[in-house]
Amino acid sequence: MIKIKVYDGSFEGFLTTVFEIFEEKILEVQIQNQLHASPNFFDSTEMVHTNRQIADRVWKGLSKYCSKKGKSHIYRAFLSEQGGTENILLHYIKRCIDERKCILQDYADPQILKLAQRVKKVGREKHRMDAFVRFKETKDGVYFAVIEPDFNVLPLIIPHFKSRYADQQWIIYDMRRNYGVHYNLEDVTQITLDRTPQITTNPSFFSSEEKSFELLWRNYFKSTNIASRKNHTLHQQHVPKRYWKYLSEKIPD
Amino acid sequence: MDIFQINRWNISFLVDYFHIFVHIPIAMDFERIKEKLNILADAAKYDVSCSSSGSKRKNTNKGLGDSSGMGICHSYTEDGRCVSLLKILLTNHCIFDCAYCVTRKSNDIKRAAFKVQEVVDLTIAFYRRNYIEGLFLSSGIFKSADATMERLVLVAKKLREEENFNGYIHLKSIPGASDELMREAGLYADRLSVNIEIPSEQGLKLLAPDKKREDFIKPMEKVKNEIIQYKEDRKLIKSTPIYAPAGQSTQMIIGASGETDAEIMYHSAFFYKKYNMKRVYYSGYIPISYDERLPAIGTEVPMLRENRLYQTDWLMRFYGFDVRELLNKDHPNLDSDIDPKLSWALRNLHLFPIDVNTADRSQLARIPGVGMKSVYKIVQARRYRQLNVEHLKAMGIAMNRAKYFMVCSGKSIDFKDRTAAQIKQLILSNSNSKFSSAYSQQLNLFTSEQTPIVA
Repeated sequence: MIKIKVYDGSFEGFLTTVFEIFEEKILEVQIQNQLHASPNFFDSTEMVHTNRQIADRVWKGLSKYCSKKGKSHIYRAFLSEQGGTENILLHYIKRCIDERKCILQDYADPQILKLAQRVKKVGREKHRMDAFVRFKETKDGVYFAVIEPDFNVLPLIIPHFKSRYADQQWIIYDMRRNYGVHYNLEDVTQITLDRTPQITTNPSFFSSEEKSFELLWRNYFKSTNIASRKNHTLHQQHVPKRYWKYLSEKIPD
Repeated sequence: MDIFQINRWNISFLVDYFHIFVHIPIAMDFERIKEKLNILADAAKYDVSCSSSGSKRKNTNKGLGDSSGMGICHSYTEDGRCVSLLKILLTNHCIFDCAYCVTRKSNDIKRAAFKVQEVVDLTIAFYRRNYIEGLFLSSGIFKSADATMERLVLVAKKLREEENFNGYIHLKSIPGASDELMREAGLYADRLSVNIEIPSEQGLKLLAPDKKREDFIKPMEKVKNEIIQYKEDRKLIKSTPIYAPAGQSTQMIIGASGETDAEIMYHSAFFYKKYNMKRVYYSGYIPISYDERLPAIGTEVPMLRENRLYQTDWLMRFYGFDVRELLNKDHPNLDSDIDPKLSWALRNLHLFPIDVNTADRSQLARIPGVGMKSVYKIVQARRYRQLNVEHLKAMGIAMNRAKYFMVCSGKSIDFKDRTAAQIKQLILSNSNSKFSSAYSQQLNLFTSEQTPIVA
């Protein structure tokens, strides 16, 4: 019989679950996010109560076995929100503890290879967001952008935008997960907006020059293309269609 | 016509200075800027460099921008090329008449010129919206090399000093510009580049009679020496400013002047070695002129050849190949149907098979189908266990090519006594290249007389 641990979907919740599994010395176990949990009759299901102190302890304690890169991989893979990631991570952590060293590079272990692949996917999505965020200046001078990334990469892109746009206020909002981050010239805080759909579409929300700059950019984008080298496959490979919605240069005139 | 152009320039020069000193905030005239942008972006697009990486410029004092991280491609044009920088000419007025160039004096096209402040404002506005990583500024040569270079430097200086801008700036070194201006340019720019354009001297004489090879080489030499000097000084005095932290690059046009691949790559290797180039770019010639010295309009852009040259460039820079192994008197041109590493391996079958469980990095890097990322994975993973073919497949190694050249702990995957022709046939029949339709056409394109290779 496999034991199933269901947690609340937060990173702290996941770490708390890891703690419980080691504490109770459970061997056959599956971790499930409560959003996707599917209870069945044969396995015993147990709900984990997230505990921040315990999560903190686990996170610090992991440094003893996992390298710094390994810990960053745990976090990044977790943000992929892909099914089964929790169990891959548990496998990785277990092996590190059992073997008393970080085994992050054992790519011949299928689970570890999968971990590396998921981390790579998340990294690629993070890099895409560094590139595809398009700010619009609002009437009160805040630079506002909307994204819908495949994975929950918003926490990963904050440092990049914070050091780059240190002298302007900005908001990046994840429409899919309905939360955003706001930089107020000092710190970055998490926010939730009540009227997001209206805000993104209503032009009266933005500064008078905004439309003109967007037009200039769109014009530049067209002028810099070399028609005799047209390669639509390559174009779509680099800028997949699902991102076009918020890319000002890809919005038809 | 010429006098008229220069006069027009002089007027805008005055307006510009007026603007700098009096500092009247003038609202942007979007319609005029749009027209200029169309002309001057269109004219700049043949410069293929788009890199925005390799700089160390951090955001200081809460200014705008940071270029200390990796480069970012913010978008891709419909031809699949990266858009990273606002790539424009300051002006497309030019006193030179180089046959291969769109902005050559004798070409009947619309001319335009940006004011210094217009470029600054546009760069900042685009950067703040996260459209770009920075500015790539080049220019037609109006009046003189120094007058042109001075203006390019002025744009960079204003961005750094007045706007506190730490984004990426790539300036073109204008052939023939003075040492003093080149030194100043490096203090504001992250990268400097001068395009050699035509690899061979005879080609240059034929297509750009106004230009001399020394004019290209001199600024390269100057920048190289300054980079070394500033680095030395920085070791002693920490406050020494950084000089062109992303180094310098150059570009060669491919397929305009009849060079062999060997000639092109030997030149390239020379530039990497002699001038510490960060990058050499290869730009397939895009026919823009009815000049009979050049391929006619409508001739296909040699994209496949360009691709093979870049592969060779990568093999030289990251895989530890010497250019003479890949191209030489017996083999002056790259194959179009197979990649240059496979081609080399087929000519050197006596060096194979390589054992993935014991070979060192440099040997692994020579197996066709194994890239540098795979080399890293193999070297790491084999510390834990002996690798077999299943492991390699899962790691993403292109076994279609690799299996003929490797063994796993002495055990063959598909290494048999075959001739190079047999292996090539097997690989080609099991693969589907996106270029396969291009082979036949492009092979004919450069079979004209072949000049002997250099060095």
